[in-house]
Amino acid sequence: MTLWEVFIRARRGLSHTHAGSVHADDAETALRNARDVYTRRQEGVSIWVVRASDIAASSPEEKDPFFAPAADKIYRYPTFYEVPEGAPHL
Amino acid sequence: MGEGLLDQVAEAEAELLAAADRRLSRGDDVQAWFDAVIEADQKVEPRDWMPDDYRKGLIRQIAQHAHSEIIGMQPEGNWISRAPTLKRKAILLAKVQDEAGHGLYLYAAAETLGITRAELVDALIEGRQKYSSIFNYPTLTWADVGAIGWLVDGAAIVNQVPLCRCSYGPYARAMIRICKEESFHQRQGYEILHTLSHGTPEQKAMAQDSVDRWWYPSLAMFGPPDTQSTHSAKSMGWKIKRHSNDELRQRFVDMCVPQAEVLGLTLPDPELRWNDERGHHDFTEPDYAELMRVVAGDGPCNAERMAHRRRAHDEGAWVREAAAEFAKKAATRKGEENR
Ligand SMILES: [Fe+2]
Ligand SMILES: [Fe+2]
Repeated sequence: MTLWEVFIRARRGLSHTHAGSVHADDAETALRNARDVYTRRQEGVSIWVVRASDIAASSPEEKDPFFAPAADKIYRYPTFYEVPEGAPHL
Repeated sequence: MGEGLLDQVAEAEAELLAAADRRLSRGDDVQAWFDAVIEADQKVEPRDWMPDDYRKGLIRQIAQHAHSEIIGMQPEGNWISRAPTLKRKAILLAKVQDEAGHGLYLYAAAETLGITRAELVDALIEGRQKYSSIFNYPTLTWADVGAIGWLVDGAAIVNQVPLCRCSYGPYARAMIRICKEESFHQRQGYEILHTLSHGTPEQKAMAQDSVDRWWYPSLAMFGPPDTQSTHSAKSMGWKIKRHSNDELRQRFVDMCVPQAEVLGLTLPDPELRWNDERGHHDFTEPDYAELMRVVAGDGPCNAERMAHRRRAHDEGAWVREAAAEFAKKAATRKGEENR
């Protein structure tokens, strides 16, 4: 049986977040299973199921080099800049 | 706007969460349900029923917004190789890179409405969809990078913060993300101008000249005056737009006046003064006839911007082909291994 990853939109206005996974042979059954497993108490208003094998993921071992380019760029944050005294709304 | 940008974005996000908790009673009529969602300040999501004009209007607006972020890289990109220091160069690169990201978030939001990326790119390249007229003005000096950050990103922020509350979920969420990133754009521009205006007399003159050139085009970014605005009423009813063009323009002027004072630069408007009765600054309106000319294609850089975008697209063709070919080969190889 195929493994499906389940993403749930908890409420209107929020984006889907990963909730867990289910097993099923086809998408329709996966959706039903996901509904039964993850939304028994109205935890969601919308469900996505995605074949786990269709997800490409970064691996934990490469965590450092993979995310390294963002680490030393402090000028991407507003706090890097000095706001002169008295300048409002910046 | 009394408080800072990030506070306002956080407020919009909190409101989104609060509204999400409101319970709606679901009628059978799709239109009634749609109206109820809007009424409750909740978000319309991609698979919901929505009026045709709502979908079309959103595609038009989000696409135009995305195209603006993409074309908007050109005027500043012009100065990356000539930035005065390595620090300024790194900052400018990071900013232009952010704008590319903003374009991508917005294309992705538009795609949830049932249009493809390729269709959007074609519409821009063939001139069927527009981008903001501000990017059809040239960046003549390094100070222009400062003026763009302060005034152009500043005006964009005033426009964009209310869009964090827009009724279409994917657009609102993209705007929240974008606004959080924008906060450094405006500050780095302001810092450039502040440095120049406290430098040599020549540097100060350069900063002043650049503010003189960018002030009115920035005011024009808010669009035609309310009396001539065609899309507004419907957009307001659907809570896509929350404030009128003139309201936002006024907000921007009121925000810039004290900031200009701290810079030690003047805004090029002899009529600009505080009006106690209105509680706002009076100011000279931008030349809307000029705005219409630039929108129609007759600005100083329209042809250059479009030609550059087309060239970049054409020159990237081999990359797209190579990527598709590589994916095909990788798939065949995988298929052989699995056999
Ligand atoms: Fe942007
Ligand atoms: Fe920006």
